[in-house]
Amino acid sequence: MKAVLTGSHFMLGDIACAEGALAAGCKFFGGYPITPATETAERMALRLPQVGGHYIQMEDEIGSLAAVLGASCAGVKSMTATSGPGFSLMQENIGLGIVTETPCVIVNVQRGGPSTGLPTLAGQADMMQAKWGSHGDYEAIAYVPNSCQEMFDFTIKAFNTAEKYRQPVFVMADEIIGHMTERVVIPGPKKIKLVSRKRPKRKKNYLPFKPDKDLIPPMALAGEGYGIHVTGLTHDARGYPVIDEETQHEMVTRLIEKIRRHAPKIWEFEEVMTEDADIVVVSYGAASRSAGRAVNIARKEGIKAGLMRLITVWPFPEKRIKELAESAKAFVVPEINMGQISREVERFASGRVLSVTHAGGGMLSPEAVLQKIKEVAK
Amino acid sequence: MSAKGAGNEGKIETVEEHPLDHILRQDRLPHIWCPGCGLGSAMTCFAQAIERVDIPLKKQVLLSGIGCTGRIAGYVNVDSYHTTHGRAIPFATGLKIANPELCVTVFSGDGDLFAIGGNHFLHAARRNVDINVICVNNFNYGMTGGQQGPTTPVEAKTSTTRYGSFEHPFNLPYLAAAIGAVYVSRWTTLHCRHLEKSMEKALQKKGFTFIEIISPCPTGFGRPNKLGEGLEELRYYREKSVIKNDASWDELELHMRGEEPVVVGDFVDTERPTYLELEEQMLRAKGLMK
Repeated sequence: MKAVLTGSHFMLGDIACAEGALAAGCKFFGGYPITPATETAERMALRLPQVGGHYIQMEDEIGSLAAVLGASCAGVKSMTATSGPGFSLMQENIGLGIVTETPCVIVNVQRGGPSTGLPTLAGQADMMQAKWGSHGDYEAIAYVPNSCQEMFDFTIKAFNTAEKYRQPVFVMADEIIGHMTERVVIPGPKKIKLVSRKRPKRKKNYLPFKPDKDLIPPMALAGEGYGIHVTGLTHDARGYPVIDEETQHEMVTRLIEKIRRHAPKIWEFEEVMTEDADIVVVSYGAASRSAGRAVNIARKEGIKAGLMRLITVWPFPEKRIKELAESAKAFVVPEINMGQISREVERFASGRVLSVTHAGGGMLSPEAVLQKIKEVAK
Repeated sequence: MSAKGAGNEGKIETVEEHPLDHILRQDRLPHIWCPGCGLGSAMTCFAQAIERVDIPLKKQVLLSGIGCTGRIAGYVNVDSYHTTHGRAIPFATGLKIANPELCVTVFSGDGDLFAIGGNHFLHAARRNVDINVICVNNFNYGMTGGQQGPTTPVEAKTSTTRYGSFEHPFNLPYLAAAIGAVYVSRWTTLHCRHLEKSMEKALQKKGFTFIEIISPCPTGFGRPNKLGEGLEELRYYREKSVIKNDASWDELELHMRGEEPVVVGDFVDTERPTYLELEEQMLRAKGLMK
């Protein structure tokens, strides 16, 4: 069987995610069943053995991410897929992945929370958890798909970005997109651009955490004879634990700068009719589909509305928000949570920012967004 | 250093290199462990074992969780991963499955492996993942200053059991055997030769192996429980330990006081298909593997 199922398919979002992972070269999935992400695990359990990979069902999500990090340290592109409760359990090992600079992909098909919440119904309320969920300071990278095609495409993007910057990368999907079936076009394998982690060129003088000029250190794998030590403790370029202020400063600053400095290359968003927009609607994921419709209706009614759809929510494309704020009179931020990214927009928009909230459990309606656009337009 | 024999009285020759120097990370020493701690002996046995077995050092990977024992991964000069608290076993599981050529060993403490990490131990043994787990059992959380843990004997004093522990501890060899470990043994840090042989055996054996090392922790456990300093606890091991390979599971309970024996030995040595062997067998049958 092929890793890349080139052709046009009618495919479930969660399955498109799995196919994207396989197309990206993923050969290891460690997971735990959880609604609404189970279909991704099931697909990987079916498909990985067909392409020489391994699926292992772990005892919980803590073990799942630990296994994924272990597999990545052995040089295999690895992933897991989960939802809110599992994402919560993974937070500690997300920190381990960040600090040990271990590439992997974590898919969160978001459902309603807090706690067990709404297992079968949508939410987008883990967006801030993706940024701040693990303790300590770090920068997150998160892609947010709004279609089944993007479940495929963005999972590949997530692998490439994880490999490039050597850190766990999130695909922050939601139940609506995960459980929706749409046309997915899978290109030929040669048309899919793949990135692999930077590797050391020679053993002599190799220091596992000494970065190149781009702040990314080349990664040695287990079993290659480098004799590396990798720890979750604050460490120096050798990877040795050093418990002091200076080393902490150096390590944390580099890990954060590694992402911030490259943020302009990581940022991705899509704009529709923003050139002359008085009102910019900023949205992402399932909610952005309603936002798009509301913007179209508003335009027909003579309101100068535009849409900025976030593809990367983290790092947050602050520069573009600042630019849009120079001409826009207001921002409207619809999302299936009680106002998480709207506050992020507020930090960079000098104009008014209005939130369109939804506690979860369903689709945020275009009418709700339109109503807010009209209120602002008055 | 070694003092030479007759005819060289008074002369001390400094030996530049210890035969195990290349196995330990010289630039990481001295280690952080307290005087009298058993971890140095446990690590030396492991260093000798990995050198003696016919597995290249570059194919050996050492993992640990958090705690005093967790620091061993930082001192042994092989690829090593110091993971999160309790999670070395699932990390090792991913590593082994992703690269089956590696010889993967988890070296950690009783609290890390059996309290916070207990569930992972159960499932890795059940799956018979081909990894080795070595547990240094010192009956308390040493790194945080001597609190009660999952192996603290009943009545034992720790900083969180000031009136004596009223929890039943794990009987680790019994637990490991019950959930399917293919090799189970227990030694004290006094039994260096036996321990090293067991480690060699575990490293070369296919499947999930488990070794428990009873170790003094004079700072956290020895003093409050009147076992004394490290050396005195070793004397206690010498007096009370009994090698009994066919011991009943009841006999393996540890009390660490009075006249109760410390039963050590090789308790389980069996065969069972490993996780990867079973996977291969199933996939081959379906034509998914050549």
